[in-house]
Amino acid sequence: MKKLTLPLSKETLKSLRAGESVLLSGTILTARDCAHRKIFEYLDGGQPLPFEIKDAVIYYAGPCPAKPDKASGSCGPTTSARMESFAPRLLALGVSGFIGKGEMNEATREAIKNNNGVYFSAIGGAGALYGNAIKKSECIAFPELLSEAVYRLEIKDFPVVVAYDCEGGSIY
Amino acid sequence: MRKINTSLIEEKIYKMALRAGVNLTPSCLNALHAAKKTANSETAKFALGTLIENSETAKREQMPVCQDTGLAVVILEIGQNVYLEGKLLSEAINDGVRRAYADGYFRKSVCDPLTRENTGDNTPAVIHTEITAGDKVKITFMPKGFGSENMSRMYMLKPAQGTEGVIAAIVETVKLAGSRPCPPVYVGVGIGGSFDTCAYLAKKALTRDVRVQNPNPSVAAIERAALEKINELDIGCQGFHGSDTAIGVSCEYAPTHIAGLPVAVNIQCHCIRCEKEEL
Repeated sequence: MKKLTLPLSKETLKSLRAGESVLLSGTILTARDCAHRKIFEYLDGGQPLPFEIKDAVIYYAGPCPAKPDKASGSCGPTTSARMESFAPRLLALGVSGFIGKGEMNEATREAIKNNNGVYFSAIGGAGALYGNAIKKSECIAFPELLSEAVYRLEIKDFPVVVAYDCEGGSIY
Repeated sequence: MRKINTSLIEEKIYKMALRAGVNLTPSCLNALHAAKKTANSETAKFALGTLIENSETAKREQMPVCQDTGLAVVILEIGQNVYLEGKLLSEAINDGVRRAYADGYFRKSVCDPLTRENTGDNTPAVIHTEITAGDKVKITFMPKGFGSENMSRMYMLKPAQGTEGVIAAIVETVKLAGSRPCPPVYVGVGIGGSFDTCAYLAKKALTRDVRVQNPNPSVAAIERAALEKINELDIGCQGFHGSDTAIGVSCEYAPTHIAGLPVAVNIQCHCIRCEKEEL
């Protein structure tokens, strides 16, 4: 299986095709419902975000707490469609892609095409495997949101499938 | 009259919640193995293989099989010859849930619906009680994830729509959900009753073993017909296409009003977690 290291270069993004399985390694940021609401409060208020999102890959996920001997608890993807109203604007701000599960709307698929982005589907329900593929986890914003906070994750060989590619291709 | 202290129920709930969070039901795991054998694409095989490996890892390492450890749904069938003593039943259940979700390193996923502030301990549980004959207490514990719950629907059909209308409602719900609820799904259906009891029947249907059909042959026929149509939708495991869209359809039914035909369709993802015990 193809192995990719984050952040993804423009050439790599261009080469990805919907349907192919890849193993991701490197750094990703989690954000789900409440974190998106917070992020857009910052952006709409003209305030800088407390973390860098340029070239970031955002993982729609909210982890379980980590046991003392682990970097993370179970941490599979959540349903991406709930965040689809935010995705085009994040792509325009330089986010390079998303990891989640399930189809997203046409506007997001278009925005991925227009911004040379990518949408990966992780395997929904495989929380324990994804948790074990996280080697380091650090809460970097909104800790009051508990599992919905923004975590910076170091991942190793995260199995995903390219769901939307930069040519408008889709696995769905 | 048989006295049962609610502390015993708390202890049962605690242990059941800990087990449920890390284990798929045996029938669910069998269904995933069967789906992998017949999967007709490499991507579907990869996805199903990942899910099977995940369940093995979760069991071995006692990690939540899915990070969405759910709303804690508890169904209690209480024999009418039972006298419950001790702390309030709901307190006992919530105390058991609170301890299990802390000790199991489970995610706390319960929040205020409007402020979205997390309650911090996964309580309150959703508690249903039924009064039954005898002097036993049957407990069902089902952590219910919300990716699938969000895709559930309620229909108030016209009586003239009949069986065909019921099947169409079930299939439409799964079609509209598409790839979002983590297919292959398990579909719980309530038929009849009132608006509220119909939804409860759908939830209760999901606590059945996925392989067991409704004993009423005409209801079982609805289950089979709906499953066949669902698996022709070509949604497939994770939405990657194929015939593995659902692993089962279970219907429960109750008498309804002469003017109505309520149908509730409650979607469960492939991560079926359900524990049953008797006191």
